[in-house]
Amino acid sequence: MAADASAPTLATRFKRPSVSTALGLVFVAALVVLLVKEATVSPSQFAQTTLIGLTNGCVYALIALGYTLVYGILELINFAHGDVFMLGGMFTITFGTHFFGLHHGQGAATIPIVFATLLLAMLACGAINATIEFVAYRPLRGAPRLAPLITAIGVSFIIQDVGLAWKGPNYVTAPDVFPHSNVFSIGGVDYQWNHLIVVIITIPVLLTLLWLVQQTRQGKAMRATAQDKDAAAIMGIDVNRTISFTFLIAGALAGAAGTLYSLWATTVRFDQGFQLGLISFTAAVLGGIGNLPGAVLGAITIGLIQSWNEGLPWHMPGSDWTQSIVFSILILILVFRPEGLLGEKTPEGG
Amino acid sequence: MTEHPEGTHVGTQGGSPPETIGLRNRIRARWKELPSEQRAAVSIGGAVALAILLFFVDHALGYAVLTISAIYWINRLPPLPWRLAAQAVLVLVFLVFGPASFGILLAVAFGVFWVPQRQRIWVLPIVAVAAAVMYPFYQTKMFTIPVFGTWPDVATGVVMLVFVMMAVGLNIVVGYAGLLDLGYVAFYATGAYTAAWFASQQFAGQKCPKPGVSVANCPVAAIPKHNFDFGAVGLVPGVGGIHISVWLLLVLAGVITAFFGIVIGLPTLRLRGDYLAIVTLGFGEILPQIARNGDNLFGTGINLTNGPNGITPLDSMGFGNRLSDATHGFLPSSFLTCCKATRLGHQIQSTDVFFWVAILLLLVTVFCSLRLQYSRLGRAWIAIREDETAAAAMGIPLMRTKTWAYASGAFFGGVAGAYYAVFKSATFPGDFFFNISVFILCMVILGGMGNIWGVIVGASFLAYLDREGLANTGAWINSNVHVGHWHPNLEVPLYASGIYGLIILIVMLFRPEGLIPSRRRAAELHEGVHDEPLYDATHAGAEA
Repeated sequence: MAADASAPTLATRFKRPSVSTALGLVFVAALVVLLVKEATVSPSQFAQTTLIGLTNGCVYALIALGYTLVYGILELINFAHGDVFMLGGMFTITFGTHFFGLHHGQGAATIPIVFATLLLAMLACGAINATIEFVAYRPLRGAPRLAPLITAIGVSFIIQDVGLAWKGPNYVTAPDVFPHSNVFSIGGVDYQWNHLIVVIITIPVLLTLLWLVQQTRQGKAMRATAQDKDAAAIMGIDVNRTISFTFLIAGALAGAAGTLYSLWATTVRFDQGFQLGLISFTAAVLGGIGNLPGAVLGAITIGLIQSWNEGLPWHMPGSDWTQSIVFSILILILVFRPEGLLGEKTPEGG
Repeated sequence: MTEHPEGTHVGTQGGSPPETIGLRNRIRARWKELPSEQRAAVSIGGAVALAILLFFVDHALGYAVLTISAIYWINRLPPLPWRLAAQAVLVLVFLVFGPASFGILLAVAFGVFWVPQRQRIWVLPIVAVAAAVMYPFYQTKMFTIPVFGTWPDVATGVVMLVFVMMAVGLNIVVGYAGLLDLGYVAFYATGAYTAAWFASQQFAGQKCPKPGVSVANCPVAAIPKHNFDFGAVGLVPGVGGIHISVWLLLVLAGVITAFFGIVIGLPTLRLRGDYLAIVTLGFGEILPQIARNGDNLFGTGINLTNGPNGITPLDSMGFGNRLSDATHGFLPSSFLTCCKATRLGHQIQSTDVFFWVAILLLLVTVFCSLRLQYSRLGRAWIAIREDETAAAAMGIPLMRTKTWAYASGAFFGGVAGAYYAVFKSATFPGDFFFNISVFILCMVILGGMGNIWGVIVGASFLAYLDREGLANTGAWINSNVHVGHWHPNLEVPLYASGIYGLIILIVMLFRPEGLIPSRRRAAELHEGVHDEPLYDATHAGAEA
């Protein structure tokens, strides 16, 4: 996020590629060849899994943006973020089903109810996330960097058990309200409305967020705080308030993701936030943590990789290994390119 | 952060003005201003009131509060006539009226604290070790602790010791070297699977007794194909598989795990603290998945780990027939089939023998850990933890030193994992979840990062809670706490991980140095240290 101290010259811009870069390129090229082969073997299945991957990627993007926003401003990996997402799903079930009586087959009345639920879940999750920051992270401002990280793990476990106490240890079913009819069906490739709705809702949320961070006064304050808290405070920015606001936004994104995911997958369980959270965190790292467009790019990449791995028939490890593949990507990126795909190689921004 | 005239940022104590910011500090300041008699009156009155209140919930709890208060005030009496007399009276009261075992415990504790400070450093560990070794003999005769119930049985004791070993190992990585490892469970799994591979029938394979006939077409029952036996005890002849003596395996598991730690560490240890934590978490998630899917590795049909069914049974430990005969059965030939002897009114069980061996292993671990702490390497770890750049400038090889920390921590994790697998006689992939990593981390944090005694206390307490304590506490709450006719019906063990999370949160917020802090670590946590750079200095130099 920080600006480069030195002007880029030709030599720094086009470095001699190192061995690891070459190996990485060879690896990526091999994967591309494999994918092209897949696409020619069974094109319709390839297209189908790609579309599912895009939908998955949109949900991951919403979660990953929360990680990236918080990391950008506090340099803290907020482990509890995935669990706030899980709470979002549970809020959706409580608000939607119990308050508004949301159920399958309500016709056009579904749309305002889903939007009201979405807004309420976003509000609740934003408030929870800001509270977590106030209670658990703010007292540790200025402590060694690992202290809030350890606290975040503790908070994550606490929230998981809140979910466990709230909805029990089994999967909770959310109402299946998104229509399953086809948007289009070309040559055996079906794209259903319930996938498209996730994308349709995600995109304006992302655009609003970008506008918020890049165009508004509050966004400017956020970017200033991310770059240098002391200098921002000298310039009259209320740093604590800005950080709280960032957590609020991140929580609201997690809430939105929770609503969409729970209505799309129609199940919620207390421990799903942690796994999905780690996948989304990988996405944020892949795109360059602290970088908003990077988080979206990384999330869609991870979503595609996941669905190709699980959905394609030919020489793919399959869903048993998804977790390992995602974490291998995480490790490889952190070891060989910690600044991610889009991040800049600066000491702060890494 | 405050400036220090000495120019160091750790190790300086005091000098800062008493903080009066925050409600907690203001109450504390106000409390300190009161005259001592008033404080004593408030304290004793409060204790008595609390005891009366708790008496209605559970009689034993009321007595416990009174006893703790009494011990506190007895220790403030002038030593020679009064403290000794009061202590004797208290012990006598318990010997006559209350649980006599508690009276004996009190007498031993008081006795230890009459030993002068200089000798106490030796006496206290010796008494503690002796009490631990004798534990199987008096465990059933001990009093019932309020809320927590009966004393943990010996099998729980073995698990506690194993987890203490792991926590001491993790303490080397997190406490000494300051590298946050969120995937310690990977080392535990490596140790456990090493023991399982080399002391079970896992790699027996099958062949037909008739030469040249495949297993599928075999007219008689197939027999194991591979059979390698090296010093294992208690084997049925011709059982097949690799069977190496478990004593050797403990060392082998440690070495293999340490090697694995180096393999993980070499590429990742140059990362900054939080990135390193994430990478270790990644390894901690990948490894159990390999164990889970390892019955048909990548569709090749290789059965490495037997998948979700795990590997079971494992060979037992033992000293073999020759040593057993030479000592007239004092050293058991095999732990599982041993021990018919009755000593001190207690028939020795095989669990007891596992318990004693675990104590031995833990003593070795603690000895190594203490020796490492004050060695050249240990001081290098502390230097890196405090300021990586300064340490590098002083000529400490960062990568090598960190890798050694990883390898040492991994070694003990591996030994503990192997021993636990042998004790359970099984290894399942379901044992190696992220929760375990956080659980062990929680032990280190609760006890006090960097202080081995604190880690031992924290680890024993949490491991006890995990095995028995939470269930007992839950049962106590459900039976004793009620409002009118309403009884809570809590399943406390279900919320174990949330309770550990709460412990982590409370400790990090209110006492980040843990229960028994290392003074140096406490100073760092309160004053903060310099941020680590993204790359270490040597790496950045190599790239430029």
